[in-house]
Amino acid sequence: MATILEIEDLSVHFPINIGTVQAVQDVNLRLEQGEVMGLVGESGCGKSTLGFSIVRLLRPPGKIVKGRILYHGQDIVQMSQKEILSLRGRKIAMIFQDPLTSLNPLFRIDRQFIETLFTHERGLDKKTAFRRAEKMLESLGISPERLSEYPHQMSGGMRQRIMIGMGLILNSDLLIADEPTTALDVIVEAQFLDLLNDLRRQYNLTIILITHNLGNVAQLADRITVMYGGTIAEVGQANTIFEDPLHPYTQGLLSSIPNIKLDQPKLKTMPGSPPDLVDPPSGCVFHPRCPYDKEICRVQKPETFTEDGRLVSCWLYG
Amino acid sequence: MRENVEELLTITNLKKHFPLQKGFLDNLLAKKKGFVRAVDGVSFFIQKGEVLGLVGESGCGKTTTGRLILRLLGPTSGEVLYNGKSIFSYSRKEMERLREKMQIIFQDPYASLSPRMSIGKAIGHPLVIHNNFSKAEIRERCLQIMEKVGLTPASFLYKKYPHQLSGGQRQRVVIARALVTNPDFVVADEPIAMADVSVRAMILELMAQLKEEFDLTYLYITHDLATCKYICDRVAIMYLGKIVEIGTLEEVFKKPAHPYTATLLAAVPVPDPKYRRTHPIPKGEIPSPINPPPGCRFHPRCHSAKSTCSVHEPDLVEVREGHWVACFL
Repeated sequence: MATILEIEDLSVHFPINIGTVQAVQDVNLRLEQGEVMGLVGESGCGKSTLGFSIVRLLRPPGKIVKGRILYHGQDIVQMSQKEILSLRGRKIAMIFQDPLTSLNPLFRIDRQFIETLFTHERGLDKKTAFRRAEKMLESLGISPERLSEYPHQMSGGMRQRIMIGMGLILNSDLLIADEPTTALDVIVEAQFLDLLNDLRRQYNLTIILITHNLGNVAQLADRITVMYGGTIAEVGQANTIFEDPLHPYTQGLLSSIPNIKLDQPKLKTMPGSPPDLVDPPSGCVFHPRCPYDKEICRVQKPETFTEDGRLVSCWLYG
Repeated sequence: MRENVEELLTITNLKKHFPLQKGFLDNLLAKKKGFVRAVDGVSFFIQKGEVLGLVGESGCGKTTTGRLILRLLGPTSGEVLYNGKSIFSYSRKEMERLREKMQIIFQDPYASLSPRMSIGKAIGHPLVIHNNFSKAEIRERCLQIMEKVGLTPASFLYKKYPHQLSGGQRQRVVIARALVTNPDFVVADEPIAMADVSVRAMILELMAQLKEEFDLTYLYITHDLATCKYICDRVAIMYLGKIVEIGTLEEVFKKPAHPYTATLLAAVPVPDPKYRRTHPIPKGEIPSPINPPPGCRFHPRCHSAKSTCSVHEPDLVEVREGHWVACFL
């Protein structure tokens, strides 16, 4: 399989009045074409910041201070504004948590589709553009007649599907989905996950699924990256991560999520709270909450070790 | 029919219809006024000391039901009996006294705390409203309850403001504020929906522990069936303003009798990559509560709908002891 995206030593910082938030610190990640990568962690772990960095949509004062993001071998970090514009939306699509705020409330759906097409494909005639929008809607399971409606006339699930459609109509090969189902009801969420699964096969999509919902990840992802405090704790095949998590944080996270199919009378809880990223703990960022913390964890950042095909940043495996 | 159990709350045929907001001219010209039938005839009871889960998707009327039970909203019709007495018959003054005993935990710990009120003041505020305690007594009680909900060190956090706390701590403040008047009954409206994964487990555990300690009864309102498993004794499933199924947790989860319950249970994402959904997920979404479908409200999306389902509305019938279902199957 070809590598579509390679992130090397990426650090993203947000300088604010009381210091610098080290939102993403020394992150390395590689994505193969056609895979679904689940990027999981709690609020503030840097998963969304990582996603936004890939399309260079960081909100100021956020800045990539170090590292490379190679998309098909080209470094996104070094690209000019013009180059990134031709990539964003056209090759790399992104959908967000709240589909209402991502659509223009003043324009009908057809116009938003056609505008997207015109922006990126010069010389397209209106009729063809309209046909393509109709076809897209059909493959999203929405009646093409609804093209003439405004965003507020659609339900949350439909809007989220429209958002994906906007990305796919230009034949993007990488989709970054940032908490796409958080605003959706559970049945609509299930429908949406099914749709994503169909689309990825149909379009040979590579998907980065950013979420705190481990249920979603389990249903869709091939591999999982667990983030904590701006760093990557663990990367591995979805099956092995769920069955036998290596990193103590992953272990804690997995045992604190409810599973409707399991007979577990009580959830386990993880003591403590996520670190302050302006002044992160020394050594391993997880050590203040870690049940296995050793001398070395407090002073030295853990290296990334390979343990049966998985990458884990923890001194337990060193 | 249920004389042997001690019912704290009995809800009978409760309805709340919100008139549709239209322009002045529309109101003059329209022949018939439209209504959102948010809650459309629900009846159930809550036993003393139990946790009843009220589950459904957005817009099904679960939050409105919770608010009607506390009389934060007036009903269109129907009755809520608290300890056998109708809460809608209470005067304003009496209602104030009753509210000490009936409290609510809101979903959003950001919106439900005043940013200008210190934590101690926010938690003590219900006591200022309801009791004639001295300042020292109020402070004493606040610190006590803060210890109980895990807001420690209490005397340090007492002076802090909401923006200085984490999301999990804020939700603890909201819980402390609900419990400070020593209530018997608490409506918890999506108490963990805004919280992070690891915080959710903590809040649920705290709620369960406080329930034992203070002898509480909860109405736990949620869209998340999975969390019900860890706290509820019984669950009621709502769809478009109606209760479609109610029973013990075990019965409803293991032997769901209503097709909608089965669908909801199947749709919950399971954190296990080897799990594959077998139950079909219906196409489409919840119809509008303005013009709910005739007959059974779920029939347009139901896999086992029969011809009667689109004409007649099913009543809640007892299929097993304590397990009620509104379905013609």
